[in-house]
Amino acid sequence: MNNNPNKHADNPKLDKKTKKSILIRLFGYIMKYWYLFLVAIALTLLSNQLSLLGPEYSGEAIDAIANENGVDFAAVKENVIKMLICYVCSAVMSYLLAVLMIKISQKIVRTMRKQLFEKLTTLPVSFFDTTATGDIISRISYDIDTVNASLSHDLIQVMTSIYTVVGSLVFMWKISKPMILVFVITVPISIIFTRYRSKKVRPLFKARSKKLGELNGYAEEMLSGCRTIKAYNREDEICSRFGERNKDAMDAYYNAEFYGATLGPSVNFINNLSISLVMILGGILYMYSQSGVVAAGSIFFITLGGVAKFVQYSRKFAGPISEFSNILHEFQSAFSAAERIFHILDEDPEAPDKKDAASLTEVKGEVDFKNVTFGYTPEKTILRDVSVTAQPGKTIAIVGPTGAGKTTIINLLMRFYDVNSGEIRVDGAETRDITRSSLRGAYTMVLQDTWLFHGTIFENIVYGKENATMEEVKKAAKAARIDSYIEHLPDGYDTILSDEGVNISKGQRQLITIARAMLSDSPMLILDEATSNVDSRTEIKIQEAMNELMKGRTCFVIAHRLSTIQNADLILVIRDGKITEQGNHEELLRLGGFYSTLYNSQFN
Amino acid sequence: MKFLIKYLKPFFGIMSVGITIKVIGTVAELFIPLILTHILDNVVVTENIAKIIFWGGMMLLCAAAACFFNIWANRMAAKVSRRFSERVRRDLFSRTMRLSSAQVDEFTVPSLESRITTDTYNVHNFVGMMQRMGIRAPIMLVGGISITLFMDAYLALAMIVTLPFIFVTVYLISRRGVPLYSKVQKATDKMTRVVREDTQGIRVIKALSKEEYEHRRYDKVNNELSASEQHAGFIMSGVHPVMTLFMNAGLVMVVALAANRVSNNQSSASTVIAFMQYFTQISMAMMSVTRIFTMYTKCSASAKRIAEVVEAPDDITLKSESEFPGCENGAHIEFKDVSFSYKGKQNDLEGISFSLSRGESLGIIGATGSGKSTLIRLLMRLYDVSGGAVYIGGRDVRTIPAEELYPMFGAAFQHDFLYAETVEENIDLGRHLPHEDIVNAAKIAQAHDFICAFPEGYSHMLSQKGTNISGGQKQRLLISRAIAARPEILVLDDSSSALDYKTDANLRAALRENMSGTTLITVAQRVSSVKDCTLILVLDEGKIIGKGTHEELLSSCPEYREISDSQMGGAFVE
Repeated sequence: MNNNPNKHADNPKLDKKTKKSILIRLFGYIMKYWYLFLVAIALTLLSNQLSLLGPEYSGEAIDAIANENGVDFAAVKENVIKMLICYVCSAVMSYLLAVLMIKISQKIVRTMRKQLFEKLTTLPVSFFDTTATGDIISRISYDIDTVNASLSHDLIQVMTSIYTVVGSLVFMWKISKPMILVFVITVPISIIFTRYRSKKVRPLFKARSKKLGELNGYAEEMLSGCRTIKAYNREDEICSRFGERNKDAMDAYYNAEFYGATLGPSVNFINNLSISLVMILGGILYMYSQSGVVAAGSIFFITLGGVAKFVQYSRKFAGPISEFSNILHEFQSAFSAAERIFHILDEDPEAPDKKDAASLTEVKGEVDFKNVTFGYTPEKTILRDVSVTAQPGKTIAIVGPTGAGKTTIINLLMRFYDVNSGEIRVDGAETRDITRSSLRGAYTMVLQDTWLFHGTIFENIVYGKENATMEEVKKAAKAARIDSYIEHLPDGYDTILSDEGVNISKGQRQLITIARAMLSDSPMLILDEATSNVDSRTEIKIQEAMNELMKGRTCFVIAHRLSTIQNADLILVIRDGKITEQGNHEELLRLGGFYSTLYNSQFN
Repeated sequence: MKFLIKYLKPFFGIMSVGITIKVIGTVAELFIPLILTHILDNVVVTENIAKIIFWGGMMLLCAAAACFFNIWANRMAAKVSRRFSERVRRDLFSRTMRLSSAQVDEFTVPSLESRITTDTYNVHNFVGMMQRMGIRAPIMLVGGISITLFMDAYLALAMIVTLPFIFVTVYLISRRGVPLYSKVQKATDKMTRVVREDTQGIRVIKALSKEEYEHRRYDKVNNELSASEQHAGFIMSGVHPVMTLFMNAGLVMVVALAANRVSNNQSSASTVIAFMQYFTQISMAMMSVTRIFTMYTKCSASAKRIAEVVEAPDDITLKSESEFPGCENGAHIEFKDVSFSYKGKQNDLEGISFSLSRGESLGIIGATGSGKSTLIRLLMRLYDVSGGAVYIGGRDVRTIPAEELYPMFGAAFQHDFLYAETVEENIDLGRHLPHEDIVNAAKIAQAHDFICAFPEGYSHMLSQKGTNISGGQKQRLLISRAIAARPEILVLDDSSSALDYKTDANLRAALRENMSGTTLITVAQRVSSVKDCTLILVLDEGKIIGKGTHEELLSSCPEYREISDSQMGGAFVE
């Protein structure tokens, strides 16, 4: 938690209109459970009323005890029983209330998380390319938690506070009107103090969290390099730099603490101040009431029990007032959190398929690029006027320097992005007239960053073909040269792939994704050959497995291996967004262009 | 805890002053309800307004004094905890940086990280809280109880009876609640893991149209999280009502019993009013004490974890030459029948022997886990050998002091670290090298051109872990760092794998040209990176299975030939 204390430390100020619309939307979630919410409100009012009645009865009891004609035992007994009932009922109700609010907020939060997640799956790939994973995760966990806390806790707190403040004021008014004057002094002090807290102290604490976060970040960073630091014998230097940052963070800590130190004592002081004032004023009034100067029934009349009650109510009254700024602050952060959540919910989803979009069936595997132009942003064109035809069953190798647009071709083939102009046809059909799922289903994809999820090896392989049997999975694994490795694991195909579990290497992960691809019988294949650091023996296996996978399919390969490139039916050399050379190996060598320069450079 | 006391010792003086001030402030606060009773019992009957105002003024004075002294004491406490944690954190960090690699492996990096961050934070919080709540709560508790006992022992006892109940229930509920929260944490981790996986694998999911499947997968973890949050919430929301109920029950008891006592003239009605005040104070204090207890367990666990690191013994120490004699045969680097094991069970390296003259080059090749990097670590004495010996310039590395040994090397490791600083600083690594040396190194490492392409050139800021530059650029910066101080021995551990063939070739040519006196050790997966070395070792499962030049190995070592063949064109394009 404290590893990242500055997460969202700065909530941007929201303007009134957005605030209002956020409020309405949040309210919409609550209204789904309006009946539960009504019960909650009723419980709040009741439980607070009961706890307000407690001091009332205790005051009555004290009056009965302080009765001039000796203790009135019947009255004491009655009031004691009333007190007990009030307190027990109040406790039971406040527990029920808490439980109810947790139930409501959990329902809401679960729905929100579900909506958010399902929304995510409808978003275009471009959203994920431009949004950091950490950001998405912080919204679905941290932000929703903040909203949750606000719903389950702060909402009740506010209702309770208002009710308590108003209620105790009413009771005090009934006990003694003149004594209310005390609050003319204490309330403004409370307010000044509250402002001091939010204006002066809170920013200091924010700064403190930020500094501490930075310090932790620095420590983590240096720790990750501790071997290097040792190898260069730089421990002293790094330690002294850490020392400076440590001192900075501690200064910020002290700064915050210096002003923060006033908070607790001040709240106590305001409490004690009001009690003292109540006592001075109450003492005088009580004295005159005792001596008969003030007649019973006059607004100045007060009994001993009245004084006792007043003291208790004044405590109740003061509590929420000094807490108010805290709650306001929490609401503020809940608002900003809700805004961040709604922001994703409002993102435009992937454009729906055309109404008359056809399903792609019995694909032969002919792919045709016609004058395709594309850029991720309007300012920067990645592909310019690309035209290529891929014949069924042929292998097309795409080569070129990084950033030239090789992966962009995959994005367009799969319609993760749509072309800006020109068209792509599969078996003669324009891809935008075909349903996305059938188009994507016609391809099998093996990418460089192997994607496996937390689950068994079986689940991971079967992912592409849900109803596949164990035999099929094993066959695929055999074809991917990973079967014997899996069989040697203690749990075999039921081994759970996780970060902390079996240590499976990068190369083996790649083989598992190839096994997944083997299961599919789609006529076209997209392959991104890795230049990864896998050891050479696994490398050979991967290469064999990939060759097996390519049999009989139209293949688009982002090629790194010479053998793949040499054997390709068509080589596309992409440079600066254009296909500068195309043809097979011999043709390109004869051409004497970029390709032949590259090829020859490795023999020098 | 002993460990904490050691660090707190220098502050005992100032702490006792602070505590005294805190005590004064707290005691002042305790007087307030006492004066209150006094006014109601004794002053009112005198019918003297001045007296009421005087005693009221006394209450105000106590309140002001309490406020003043408490603030003062809190500030002093802040000063102490600031200096205390500064020292603890500083010592912990500096010890951590000096742990031997074997010790780092044993503690593990994430654990060391959490010791520096979470554990120091816990300890720091506790020290701060102890000085504030830790003093105030017991005084309030003991003081409140003694005053009430003094005022009316019988009523006080009735009230005190409820305290253990408060303590026990709160303690029990929290003890049940805390594990539930760690369950919530686990469920949260599961939930975020699915989100992380899916954001990273969105292409695969969309390619296979698995959205529905993922929704179901998410529903499962989402529901699990909700259920565990709800469960924890249900338990923990019991704390507050139960506590309030007990507190109020105590009050009710006092009122009920007081009736008899007052009737027998053993007590007064105003005592009941004072009791109500004290009772609030006492139960608040009770809550604080409960909190201190839970904080204490957390803190002592953290303190123990910190102490483990700070008090860890030095295990890579300088040995005497009589114990580990040198081996004068003119070789620059020599391994003599070296064996090594990380965990002390099976050998990770075995029977490694070779020797290298000054200015020669060594290439090491082999599969992942074959012991290539381990060999480098032994040479640099990041670990001590289990058997045999490593010599540099004829001296056993165990007899060379660190400040002499490490400057001999320049090393670029696999997955080496870059940090959020300028390019220049990342190459310099705090060695205060002249700018020309850095530029020169960058030129040799083929990094100069891309550095100059940054608008700020050498002042370009890297992000944490250097995520804002490409893998190939990272490797070139690391190599620049390794050669910047013109080391005797240059180690490149799999550090050119992301370079395209051409750049890699240029780099090696530049190294040959500019670093001729330097002994070069290259660890690689690619044959092309080592084939020009004067000596190549082929490692397999910790043993040397081939040794010689490229040509020799092609004919003598079938494994080497196999690797070589498979890699033809392996790095054709970047």
